Amino acid sequence: MAIVSIVVELKDQPGQLLRVLEPISRLGGNILSIVHQRDKKTPLGRIPVEISLQIDEKKVEDLIKIIKSETIVRSYNEVRLIATTSIMLVGHIIHTDLGDTINSIDRTGFAEVVDMHISMPKLNEPSTAMVTISATGKEKLKEAIELLRDVCRRKGILMIEPLNEEPV
Amino acid sequence: MIRIAIFGFGAVGQGVAEILMQRERIERWIGRYEVVAVADSRGSLCSEDGISLKEAIEVKKRGSLPEGKSVMEIIESMDFDVAIEATPTNIETGEPGLSHIRACLNKGSHVITSNKGPLVVAYKELAELAKKKNVKLAFEATVGGAMPLIKLAKRDLAGNEIISIKGILNGTCNYILSRMEQERLSYQQILAEAKELKIVEANASYDVEGIDSAAKLVILANAVMEMDATFNDVEIVGITSITPEAFEIAMEKGYTIRLIAEASRDGLRVSPRLLPLHHPLAVRGTLNAVLIQTDLAREVFVIGRGAGKIETASAIISDLVDIYGNDRTN
Repeated sequence: MAIVSIVVELKDQPGQLLRVLEPISRLGGNILSIVHQRDKKTPLGRIPVEISLQIDEKKVEDLIKIIKSETIVRSYNEVRLIATTSIMLVGHIIHTDLGDTINSIDRTGFAEVVDMHISMPKLNEPSTAMVTISATGKEKLKEAIELLRDVCRRKGILMIEPLNEEPV
Repeated sequence: MIRIAIFGFGAVGQGVAEILMQRERIERWIGRYEVVAVADSRGSLCSEDGISLKEAIEVKKRGSLPEGKSVMEIIESMDFDVAIEATPTNIETGEPGLSHIRACLNKGSHVITSNKGPLVVAYKELAELAKKKNVKLAFEATVGGAMPLIKLAKRDLAGNEIISIKGILNGTCNYILSRMEQERLSYQQILAEAKELKIVEANASYDVEGIDSAAKLVILANAVMEMDATFNDVEIVGITSITPEAFEIAMEKGYTIRLIAEASRDGLRVSPRLLPLHHPLAVRGTLNAVLIQTDLAREVFVIGRGAGKIETASAIISDLVDIYGNDRTN
């Protein structure tokens, strides 16, 4: 299942929203939220509406095609990665093949390194990096962290994880 | 009349003696008592009628306790109701405390200890022995110094299932990390500062490698989470390789770094962790802080002083009152 966010422009008339919702329901999509952006009315008097939904990823393209034939699609994007965390790495990050470290996460297919901030104060001294990892779900994120932990252990890198504060 | 023996007469043992000298304060809680023996590794003072604690402290200040009966000889030859075991910790063998505690429990004396070693090495054995002999083994002082933790979890949170315990159990590490956070100086610089302030002992590795925190975590896991854990079950990472830049980069994302001991169904870990700056566990200085998560009461936080002569003695006195005291709140 993919989570998709679509922004369409609808005429401010009754029945307009249904033209978008009907195909979503027909393709088995599950609506998560609908937000009317009335304050962002276009010069032509259309109202942007942001619809978030969950749908089989194979049907995303079909759905967009159908909605485009019904109304104006301003933008759409698949929110594939829904769980994110920041992890700090301290040690010889560069000299132990940073590319390989990042790849160990990226090649899982379910998690990616989406951001990294690295500080290298002196040559041959340990570097410090904050790595942001996103995954397709909480469990997958846990799995990715576990993977990174193994890599760091092997490479002698100190990994500082966030304190997990999930509600009981 | 309660007859007390004090084994180990370093900072904690002397702290206990100082509080017990305030007879009026303590008798309000537990009634009449006498300290019949004080002993350390080099000597002892004993009298069935009670010794003078003032004298014991003065003698110790001048050097060491006079030559006399050893701790084991006192246990074998003297009558006492409760032993306060405050000898130095050895987390590998548990000795000499382990032999002291075993012998005391076997002869039917209660034991109150601040010594982590025996509990890390043989918690289950000692707890079972105490139960069999129908005496108490109390050890509030072993974890978190003055902070109420053991009795809090076992008694005040009774009926709850404890899901996890996370916290800062070593004030030295917390001092170093919170100073690094504030000053952006290197670990080595702050360690030197801590040594000068006598917050850290000459041999810092016991603290900064996470060993002390791990020992306390094992005690908590066994005593209040009913695990059967040993020291080797703890995954331990210390604080020695944390860079000053780590705090800078963490801060940009709203985090700081603390050494956290964590016990949960996933296992036992001591490691530096990222904490949101406003997190209640992100305490500064030598404070300790613990978050207990339970199924019914949910989150309970405790913050307090994790070490110190009188602070640790306070936890021992609380165990003493727990065994003998009349609960004045009822």
